[in-house]
Amino acid sequence: MIAVYLLLLLSAAGILFFGLIGHKEDIGKLNTRINAVSLFITIWLAITVFNQGTILSSGKAFLIDSFNVYLIVLTAFVGFTTSLFSAPYMAHEKEIGKLSDSRLKLYYSMYQGFMLAMYLVLTTNNMGIMWVSMEGATLATVLLVSLYRTPESIEAAWKYFILCGVGIAQALFGTILLYYAASQIGDSENALLWTVLHEHATQLNPDILEIAFVFLLIGYGTKIGLVPLHNWLPDAHSEGPTPMSAVLSGLLLNDALYAVVRNKMLVDGATQSHIAGYLMMGFGLVSFLVAALFLHRQKDIKRLFSYSSIEHMGLMTFAFGIGGPLATFAALLHMTVHSLVKSAIFVTVGYASQLAGTQKISGIRGLIKTQPKVGWGLLIGTVAIAGFPPFGVFTSEFLVLLATMREYPWLTPLLLLGIGIAFAGLFRHIQPIVYGEKPEGQSPIKANFIPVIVHLGLALWLGLAIPGFLSDWFSQATLLISGSAL
Amino acid sequence: MNWLIAILQTALFVALAPFLAGFMKFCKCRLQNRRAPSLLQPYRDLLKLTRKQPVISEDASWLFCTTPYIVFTAMVLAASVVPFIAVDLPTSAEADVIVLVGFFAFARFFLALAGLDIGTAFGGMGSSREMTISSLAEPAMLMAVFTLTMTASTTNLSGAIEHVLNEGVVLRPSFVFALFALMLVAVAETGRIPVDNPTTHLELTMIHEAMILEYSGRHLALIEWASQLKFMLYGVLISNIFFPWGIAESFGLSALGYGLLVIAGKLILLCVVLAIAETAVAKMRLFRVQEYLGFAYLLGLLGMLSHIILESTR
Amino acid sequence: MNIESQDFYTQAILSMSALVGLTSFLMLGQGRLLRLIFVFAVQGLLLTLTTSMVAFSLDNPHLYISAVLTFALKVVFIPWMLQKQVLAMNMHRDVEALKNNTAVMLGGASLMVFSYYVLQPIIHTSSMIMLNALAVSLSVVLLGLLLMISHRQAVAHVVGFMSIENGLFFAAIVATNGMPMVVELGVAFDVLVAAVLFGIFFLHIRTSIDSLDVDMMNKLNEVDR
Repeated sequence: MIAVYLLLLLSAAGILFFGLIGHKEDIGKLNTRINAVSLFITIWLAITVFNQGTILSSGKAFLIDSFNVYLIVLTAFVGFTTSLFSAPYMAHEKEIGKLSDSRLKLYYSMYQGFMLAMYLVLTTNNMGIMWVSMEGATLATVLLVSLYRTPESIEAAWKYFILCGVGIAQALFGTILLYYAASQIGDSENALLWTVLHEHATQLNPDILEIAFVFLLIGYGTKIGLVPLHNWLPDAHSEGPTPMSAVLSGLLLNDALYAVVRNKMLVDGATQSHIAGYLMMGFGLVSFLVAALFLHRQKDIKRLFSYSSIEHMGLMTFAFGIGGPLATFAALLHMTVHSLVKSAIFVTVGYASQLAGTQKISGIRGLIKTQPKVGWGLLIGTVAIAGFPPFGVFTSEFLVLLATMREYPWLTPLLLLGIGIAFAGLFRHIQPIVYGEKPEGQSPIKANFIPVIVHLGLALWLGLAIPGFLSDWFSQATLLISGSAL
Repeated sequence: MNWLIAILQTALFVALAPFLAGFMKFCKCRLQNRRAPSLLQPYRDLLKLTRKQPVISEDASWLFCTTPYIVFTAMVLAASVVPFIAVDLPTSAEADVIVLVGFFAFARFFLALAGLDIGTAFGGMGSSREMTISSLAEPAMLMAVFTLTMTASTTNLSGAIEHVLNEGVVLRPSFVFALFALMLVAVAETGRIPVDNPTTHLELTMIHEAMILEYSGRHLALIEWASQLKFMLYGVLISNIFFPWGIAESFGLSALGYGLLVIAGKLILLCVVLAIAETAVAKMRLFRVQEYLGFAYLLGLLGMLSHIILESTR
Repeated sequence: MNIESQDFYTQAILSMSALVGLTSFLMLGQGRLLRLIFVFAVQGLLLTLTTSMVAFSLDNPHLYISAVLTFALKVVFIPWMLQKQVLAMNMHRDVEALKNNTAVMLGGASLMVFSYYVLQPIIHTSSMIMLNALAVSLSVVLLGLLLMISHRQAVAHVVGFMSIENGLFFAAIVATNGMPMVVELGVAFDVLVAAVLFGIFFLHIRTSIDSLDVDMMNKLNEVDR
């Protein structure tokens, strides 16, 4: 349990520390080190949970079970690798005069603030605190989206702030309803604790929980980027600094989905019906298809990949909505591989746009000739995210299809269609970027490729063979979420 | 006996109306740091006007001459319907709140006709404006009144007031809305700031005054008196419906006296509030009036809604 | 369960909820920013009163803390900050022309009915006061959304945002007698940070587009043109 406290304290200290000296030379390395330490702590935590099973802290404030511990490790991991990338990236931005000292302070401080919020969302046992930290994550990142202070970035940040703030307010209403239902069965002081709620899920009033879930889904769904609440997502991803896009896509969306799934578990217990699942399936499928179509009309490379994020989040929501062990397993796997691949892609995209000096797709050409590493990174990343074997995304998408075929066969063609459209949408843009004519005067930049290689390597590994401990882990989480083993 | 009291009460109502108008003027003057005319000034004005011979336009028809009497009678009848000092009078059993609204509409109809009758530009303009406003104000007023009658399950004013009295102090959200709605409507209907300004004769802004511009002498006196009556009617309505406590429920002398004192107190309070509001608010443009009355309607609607939603039996 | 048969406390809470609903409507139809902010402060005051009332009737000290927090944040700090911004921008004389005001108002009334309809299934699980309070607070939330849609000024958006927060707070106070203390403190902290961030944002928006009219922020589109 100490591990959790250490993890949270470390991030909290990071906020203060970087707020004071975040502008110094080589500060990026310190950020990396903090995140590395966090990663070690989470791995320690994971091993403990793996050996001992669910841990509940003494005050019942924190809960680590097989579901969230793997997300915690994933969060720490992506946070760490992104900080590896962010150090030279931000240094470069400072060099070319895009950022001042005070903004760098803000950036590093809020990077840790975001990590703190994410850890809190995952570790807390209290549904209210979960909401508070989810909102905290918005607050921490909103100023990072407008870090460059261009009119576009301010507009994006404003949209992000307002839409997510309003959206997440709906989730608070849902949480209040949840609390209301829970306080009817007594013990109102602990009524928001997830453990208590889960234990008494069957006694909760199904009518109230149904209504509550609608609000919770809309609220957290705004953060997941479900259509039609996705408007903020491409803007925030495209206008903020690239490391931010990587963590937003790789972490924030996952954690919002995590919140929804936690709530779904309660609602399923109370209603004993599949209503929550149907809602999630509907939202998920619509997001998946709409985002796939939008891929074709993008002209900004970061927007392109943020629509791809919406698409994949839609797929995960859909899979969690189907319920059942197979679909849940697939969704968990997809969450992992998507985070890995997508943050790798955003890292390469960051280098690519630094190299070309623009984010416009039409301006980025001939990467493979200028700097083969960037070109190959982007190409392989895109291949992976589009769901080609042998990468992990293929495995998880295949499992989702399988589950769909088993439960709702008539939805399979729609999914296949969506995957096809998305594939076409990505490649029509990526092909000229990678193979096109090299523009005059484009030269390689200093770049750190370790994150990309590690992430894609892991995704490849997960695609070829899921290691035993990880599949055990997923199975445990699946058992917890869907109620039955694979 | 009861009829006698009813007639006496009506007479008192009619007699006191100019006084209330005078008091209102007094409050406003004091608030605006001016020296107020005597409280009896409206009586003197009325007296002066009645002594003068009316001047009637050559184009005026009989309608123009009879209208002041019709309007005044309608208002007196309305005054007899509204419980003033005592509740449960035979007159109010005869007519309910919809008849009351009808009396107002009747008087307004004739005033508007008279305004058109003489064929001057101002008269026509005033009539059209008055009708515009009242067409918007009336639904709002009915909405507020319906909220009340739904609560009391009667449209009879006495019955409704007794219902409120019998229940004791009940905080009703719907009444809060209805009260605000009725106040807004009252302001519009009695031609006060911010909808109309009773003291101006500026052609661009006047509404009520434009309609009666051609009247003089005793005709004018009657119309003035009628509008003072209308003002007081709304005041009594608002105070007795929403705060009926103190109204005489029996016809003993002490109860009646107490009732008179209480209603006087309520009206004075209302006048002070209104005077403060009138001093603080500027008159709005004519085209904003529809928004204002739309808001009053909305309040009435909300009152109705909150009656159904918040208060009703299930 | 007529209102007459309820105790005075229930009646008072119901009246408060009606008044809170009314303030939401007032905000909806308000084109002047300073008055909008004033009405918002009044709403905050009503919330404070409701909270203290509940605290008093339940003799619950932690609700007094919430009441004080609400007062400090929503009656004093946020209105003060917004007012300062409006005066600094010299916008206090502008009257925003609201499009389709009547339609918006009627839309607001139907939203109120709608929120009642949504919560109808809860009816048999609860006492009347809970249900009505929830219905009113949901409609305050929805009216806040409508306010944000119908106004163009960033300041009005912030007021809408905060009034949504007010609606949620009202639900929490009346329906469940407040959330657990940690959660409430957390929410208050979030609101405070959000308010400060909004202040920073006004500055940024002003320097970037020289106005606080959010309609002028239209560079980013769903589909790049």
